[in-house]
Amino acid sequence: MSSQYIVVVGCGRLGSILASRLSSQGNSVVVIDPHENSFNNLSSDFSGFQITGDASEIEILRSAKVEQADCLLAVTDKDNINLMVTQIAKQIFQTSIVLARVFDPAREQIYRDFGIATISPTKLSADAFMANLPS
Amino acid sequence: MKIILIGGSKLAYFLTKQFASKNYYTTIINSDINEAKNLSRTLKATVIHGEGSDPHTLSQAGAYQADVVLSLTTEDEDNLIACQIAQKEYGVPRTIALVNDPENQPIFEKLGITVAFSATQIIASLIEQQTASGDIQNLLPIAEGKVNVTEIALQEDNPVVGKTIDEIQLPNGTLIACILRQGEVIVPSGENSLQALDRLITIGQPESYGQLMRLLCSE
Repeated sequence: MSSQYIVVVGCGRLGSILASRLSSQGNSVVVIDPHENSFNNLSSDFSGFQITGDASEIEILRSAKVEQADCLLAVTDKDNINLMVTQIAKQIFQTSIVLARVFDPAREQIYRDFGIATISPTKLSADAFMANLPS
Repeated sequence: MKIILIGGSKLAYFLTKQFASKNYYTTIINSDINEAKNLSRTLKATVIHGEGSDPHTLSQAGAYQADVVLSLTTEDEDNLIACQIAQKEYGVPRTIALVNDPENQPIFEKLGITVAFSATQIIASLIEQQTASGDIQNLLPIAEGKVNVTEIALQEDNPVVGKTIDEIQLPNGTLIACILRQGEVIVPSGENSLQALDRLITIGQPESYGQLMRLLCSE
């Protein structure tokens, strides 16, 4: 995969891993989180940008230059923020690839049905547990 | 009419009382257990403790039969998602969302919310109207700006004071819809005369607006 411009919203456990890996693969990465000390989670070879702010404020998305991004990953711990930010990226900034982490399987299904790509950790773990049970 | 009202604490309380007086049926969803308890004790409405953006809670609140969902929480994203789920999953025809960031207002409407309103914007424009001019307060442009509704306060030295509405010859395309006089509302005919300190609610098309203002406002 050639170098891409990727915005990661949320720098918790998942966000920091994604941002660090994508950065070490040679992509330009911007990571957004409201808490400055979240950026301590990033690995030492992360060479992207950090923006401290609430991504539900469009001004913050603009400062991350979302309109130029190839891809936006919304992985905060709040389903609704992830769903809102991905929709804004897709509909307002025309970002071609957007992905939202959504814990609530019911909400995940609804948004998947209307065209927002979602990943549900709850469903993934359930599937993994089931796969490891003797049938 | 069936309304689902999400969040809003005090606002939810007073709105529900108003809705009750209009015989609207209100269901409240509140995520704070204490607030939910208080609301259920003081109001005749059904109160559900939960998140408005949770599909199960919405369905419990009767979203399938609701005519309006009104989301008033302090978090913009929660208001957006609650309204979208109500509309897309349960077919609620009208959704109204409070936005805290004024920039979200057009964005939410683009994302399918029927009406998004910004308290910040409303308060800012109220303040602007109060400070703009002593005599004129632009109330509302209606029908995409094809009609203006304006409130004008008549000072004592205004030349139209003491004249009847027939005498002052309003420009075509304008009318004085009502006179507010000492707390009373008068819907005037041509014989009514104007008095000092009257507040006039005028309706006019933009092309005659300038003429109307010159006539009614003391320079």
